[in-house]
Amino acid sequence: MGKYLLRRLAINVILVAIAASLAYMLAATTMNPRAAYEGRQPPVPEAVIDATLDAYNLNDKTPVLVRYATWAKGVVTGDFGKTWNGGSVNGEMGRRIMVSLRLLLIGTLLGFALGVVLGAVSAVKQYKFSDRLIGVSSFVIMAIPVFVLATLLAIATYNLNRGLGFTLIEYTGEYNPRLSGWDQFVNRLNHLILPTISLSLGSIAFYSRIQRNMMLDVLGQDFVRTAMAKGLRRRTALTKHALRTALIPSATYFAFAFGTMFTGATFTEKIFAWHGMGAWLVDSINQNDVNSVAAVTFFAAVCILFASFLSDLLVAALDPRVRVS
Amino acid sequence: MSILQVKDLTVTFPGGIEAVRGVSYEVERGEVLGIVGESGSGKSVTSLAVMGLLPKNAVVDGSVQLHGQELLGMKEDDLVKVRGKSISMIFQDPLSAFTPVFTIGDQIAEAVRVHQKVGKDKAAKRAVELLDLVGIPNPNLRAKAFPHEFSGGMRQRAMIAMAIANDPDLLICDEPTTALDVTIQAQVLEVLKTAQQETGAGIVMITHDLGVIAGMADRVLVMYAGRPVEQGPVEDIYYRPRMPYTMGLLASIPRVDGEEGPLVPIDGNPPSPAALPPGCPFAPRCPMKVDMCDDEEPPLTPFGGGRHVACIRAHEIEHKNLTGTDVFPVPVIPPNEVVRVPRAERPTVLELDELIRHYPLMKGAVFKRRVGTVYAVDGISLDIAEGETLALVGESGCGKTTTLQQIMQLQPPQGGRVVVLGRNSAELDKAARKALRGDLQIVFQDPMAALDPRMPIGDIIAEPLRAHGVKDDVRGKVAELLRLVGLAPEHAERYPQQFSGGQRQRIGIARALALEPKLLVLDEPVSALDVSIQAGVINLLEELKNRLGLSYLFVAHDLAVVRHLADRVAVMYLGRIAEIGAVENVYDRPAHPYTQALLSAIPLPDPEMERTRKRILLEGDLPSPADPPSGCRFRTRCPKFARLSEAERRRCVDEEPSVARLTRAVDHGAACHYAEEIEVITASENQEEE
Repeated sequence: MGKYLLRRLAINVILVAIAASLAYMLAATTMNPRAAYEGRQPPVPEAVIDATLDAYNLNDKTPVLVRYATWAKGVVTGDFGKTWNGGSVNGEMGRRIMVSLRLLLIGTLLGFALGVVLGAVSAVKQYKFSDRLIGVSSFVIMAIPVFVLATLLAIATYNLNRGLGFTLIEYTGEYNPRLSGWDQFVNRLNHLILPTISLSLGSIAFYSRIQRNMMLDVLGQDFVRTAMAKGLRRRTALTKHALRTALIPSATYFAFAFGTMFTGATFTEKIFAWHGMGAWLVDSINQNDVNSVAAVTFFAAVCILFASFLSDLLVAALDPRVRVS
Repeated sequence: MSILQVKDLTVTFPGGIEAVRGVSYEVERGEVLGIVGESGSGKSVTSLAVMGLLPKNAVVDGSVQLHGQELLGMKEDDLVKVRGKSISMIFQDPLSAFTPVFTIGDQIAEAVRVHQKVGKDKAAKRAVELLDLVGIPNPNLRAKAFPHEFSGGMRQRAMIAMAIANDPDLLICDEPTTALDVTIQAQVLEVLKTAQQETGAGIVMITHDLGVIAGMADRVLVMYAGRPVEQGPVEDIYYRPRMPYTMGLLASIPRVDGEEGPLVPIDGNPPSPAALPPGCPFAPRCPMKVDMCDDEEPPLTPFGGGRHVACIRAHEIEHKNLTGTDVFPVPVIPPNEVVRVPRAERPTVLELDELIRHYPLMKGAVFKRRVGTVYAVDGISLDIAEGETLALVGESGCGKTTTLQQIMQLQPPQGGRVVVLGRNSAELDKAARKALRGDLQIVFQDPMAALDPRMPIGDIIAEPLRAHGVKDDVRGKVAELLRLVGLAPEHAERYPQQFSGGQRQRIGIARALALEPKLLVLDEPVSALDVSIQAGVINLLEELKNRLGLSYLFVAHDLAVVRHLADRVAVMYLGRIAEIGAVENVYDRPAHPYTQALLSAIPLPDPEMERTRKRILLEGDLPSPADPPSGCRFRTRCPKFARLSEAERRRCVDEEPSVARLTRAVDHGAACHYAEEIEVITASENQEEE
């Protein structure tokens, strides 16, 4: 097992290197950081611009392969370079990862848990009213793009707050800088409500459909009947034997969602004004910030491969049939 | 005082499908009640209804009383106290009956903890004891294994262990050995007997295998179309059946101790529960039918001596002492012209010479590497003369199917030679290979899967003709083929799903015969069919062989069918031939210990013989073909090896035996260093003489 994991790791490192290199090349050849300095009033002398861009390794007069070599050397030592205006990409990234994590952790877990429960209920009550209700709602939610859903939620909350006359639920930003201590913590949680709902609704809908199918496959199996023949209640047989077995496929999806959580949720972050990784990617593309784009892509690649690794481990933990062979 | 009393049980599924229509029976302590019937007769539904495990949309009526306590309509809270405690159930397919993600030990311990207030470690200890009781080696270690790490036979043992965990009063076994090989079946039945002695439980044994019932049951209930048609003590049912269906069933089974001659088939098919005929449901197939049979369904009436029969002519049958062979028309099969010529003078249609097929065992997802070899077929030699049937028998995993594939592919084999009709498969070019395929055709095991459901059967049968460029009068040929296999030419427009299993197998045979082959390969052609249907197909095969001068390579695991159909038999074990020879020689005087065990494991549909005969029980399971034992492959399970002296054993371990001709017989060879002919099955005629 250890040898197998090591080999997987080695392959992953190569894949990350390829993905990040390609992303850097694409960003470095298509983006133009010079534009940010050129149109200024008063005009900045070209020599100064060149010197600044050189310092940030962003000068388009330097051959792209040379810039790539410099960037790659930095990345190997753990330095992702400078942003377009000279800030540290590392520092920015560290801050933003935490923001994304705070935003997504609850939503991801909640979405998975509720989705699995609803899917299992749906399967057990197949063709009954509750099954149809869950099914139709899931499809409606899946049919609405997340930016529409988030915006609708924000508008509804805005109207609710206005109707109440005070701010019951926060609909923008991450926290209120004027508060501190316990109040600040509660306020942070309040800020989380809307983005969490908008994030988890989609995943609840998604997981419930998957889990329903998996559960239906398992419900007809003999071992559920055996469990009941042993003297287990139907409910116990369903949760302990059927659901436990039917969880394995959903777990792989969950591992991916969990792993990519750190890369942020672009739309949700932009709409609710959280400055996380997703928002950063959009911002840095707008600002022609080559090093930031490369760093975000690099990080996303790492996350995806980490997620697939996680899903392998999770499946091995859940399914003894995989573990043994 | 009976433990279980079932009265007028009916089960109706949505759409008014009456799967069970009035079943009544009682089971007493320590008694074994056998329920026999063909698929769709409602025997499994009955037992699930007793357990309360039917899906919610099934309507169950009547009464099921356990120790006088009514189970039907009981609340779940009370029912869970009975299930697994007073009544346990053993299911057919042990592969899917265990939850794949929990260990066997945990699942047995769970059954203990549901009904007894014991700690986790105590329950785990009890699980190990139970596994030990059902004969699982190293129970301590094996309790921690997952279901997929157990073989089929071991899983069924574990299933029995779980069922007796709470000392039940009643065990319901639903086809407990149907999915297992015969030698494993014999082991499991033995365990079941031990379990019954241990618990003193009553057993309801549901099966379609009349041999298993003959050995186990005290009383028998015969079901047909959702109703019991005959019930009584096992001897009465087997020796003096009084309902034509039971009589036909007993007459239609091929017997491993059987005499020659055609089997007695029951015409037609069991009725669908959605469309029952008026009156007696068996009337359309019954040779004793009179007009009165269509008037009303005869009730199951007492007949004296604890017997019940549902037939208006039962007394007449009793009076005239009729048997199945008297009542059912015995088909006449024309004699075989070819076999008049001695075997040595007939041409050889198929010859295998040291045929080898090994599969590499690969590991790894990205970088595949070879970690071993599966010795699927490891040097087998045999030949089939014109007009002859050679049966290849053996348990699952012995290499039968691989051998077939090697022959059918007509490609150069990995090792050895395949010679079909005098042509070596290694020397064929593409055109010759295609031409040869016309002479070598196959009939598959599963008639459902072997026919394209979207094609009318006329097209299915015509397909080989078209593929080989036959253009004129295809329709006429198809009609002729349909008649040949006992179907009507006007059926050609129908689709496969409009036919029953037996008819579909006939269609498969017609397709195989379309090109007028010389050699027909039959891959378990009757194992998917019900007993009463099976006899008709076996007779058809025999008739076709004699009329058309065909040769058969017949692959089967049912040794009784083989005895009936084959002239010669080759017994395979782990990719090698253990014994080969004329059927009379191999069956009457088996010389290889494996053949002996195999033959002795087959249950005979005869209660007296089945109970008095001595069984050679094999230990353990088939070793993996990737890692066969050194020397003789059978030595790890060989009862003879166990009796040999240390010096004699050396030879078994070091030297692999090859098939050697036995001195006394013309056509009989065994691959055993210490081959010794013994009699395992006493022929039925001999018994009568004694």
